[in-house]
Amino acid sequence: MPAAGVVTIVAVVLIVLALVVYLVQTIVALRRISTGLDEAIAGVGGIVEKTAPVEAVVTTINEHLDAAVDALEGLLVKKAGLEDAVGLVDGLYPGAGAEGFRAIEGSGDVKPPRIAEVYTRGTLTLARLGREAPIAVASPAGGPVLRNVTGGSLAARMLYPEERQGRPERLSRSPVIGSGAPVQYEPSEEPGVRRRMPTNGGTTGADPGAV
Amino acid sequence: MTVWWIGNAVLLLVVLPVVVYLLRGVLTEAQAIVPSVQGIAATAAAGSKDLDAVPLLLTTQDQVIRTVENVAAYGGSLDVIVDDDPRGR
Repeated sequence: MPAAGVVTIVAVVLIVLALVVYLVQTIVALRRISTGLDEAIAGVGGIVEKTAPVEAVVTTINEHLDAAVDALEGLLVKKAGLEDAVGLVDGLYPGAGAEGFRAIEGSGDVKPPRIAEVYTRGTLTLARLGREAPIAVASPAGGPVLRNVTGGSLAARMLYPEERQGRPERLSRSPVIGSGAPVQYEPSEEPGVRRRMPTNGGTTGADPGAV
Repeated sequence: MTVWWIGNAVLLLVVLPVVVYLLRGVLTEAQAIVPSVQGIAATAAAGSKDLDAVPLLLTTQDQVIRTVENVAAYGGSLDVIVDDDPRGR
C-alpha cells in the first residue's frame, strides 16, 4: 500500500474517532436533558391539575363575600343613615370613608363625621358632668352640654351607688381594726378555730363567731 | 499521487479540525442546557408541592358560605330589631 493510502486511512480513523467521542458525550447530555424535561413536565402537570379548581372556588368565594358586603353596607346605611355609616366605617378603618360604599353611588363624596373617636373614661366623665371640659362643648356627637350650673355637685353623686345617693339616716360604720380596735382577737392555731371568745363586750356588729 | 497527497492534507488540516470544532460546539451547548433543565424540574416539583394546600380552598369555600349565611341571618334579625334611620338614608 502506498504511503498516501496509509495517511488517508489514518485521517479517516481520526475523524471517526472524533465523531464517536463527541457524539457519545452529546448523547449523554441529551439523555440528561430528556430526564430533566420529564421531571419538569410531571411537576407542571401537577401544578395544572392542582390549580384547575382554583378559579371556580375563588369566584364562588368572591361572589358570596361581595353579596355579604353589599348586604351589610345596605343594612348599615338603612339603619344609621349614609353619613353616620360612612363615619362609622371611616372610624374603624381610617381613610376608608373616602372610598365610600360600593353599591351606593356618591357615598365616597360624603364627609365622614367623627363619630368613632375614642375618649378615655375620665374624659367622658368630665364631658357628662360638664366640669369645664371643652369636650363637653365640642363633642362630635353634638347636643346640649349636660352641666347643671345650679346643682352641679349633685351630678357627681350620681356616679356612686344608690345607697349613697339616697342619704340614709345611719349607715353601718366600718369595723375598727388594728391594735387600737375595741375587740381584740388572739391569733388562732388552726384556720377557722378560735382559741377563745373575746371578753370585751364591744358592739361592732360583726359576727362573733367569725375569725 | 500528488492529488492524493493534497486530499490527505485537506482531510487532516481542514476536515478534521472543522468536524472537531462543530462537535465540540454541539457538546458544549448540550451540556449547558442540562443545569437549566434540572433547575426547571426542581422548581416545578417545588411549585407542585406548594400547591398541596389548594384543596383546602374547598373548605374555605364552605366556611365562607356558612359565614355569609350566618351574617345574612344576623343582618335580617338586626333589620327587624333596629329601627331604620328616620332621615331615610
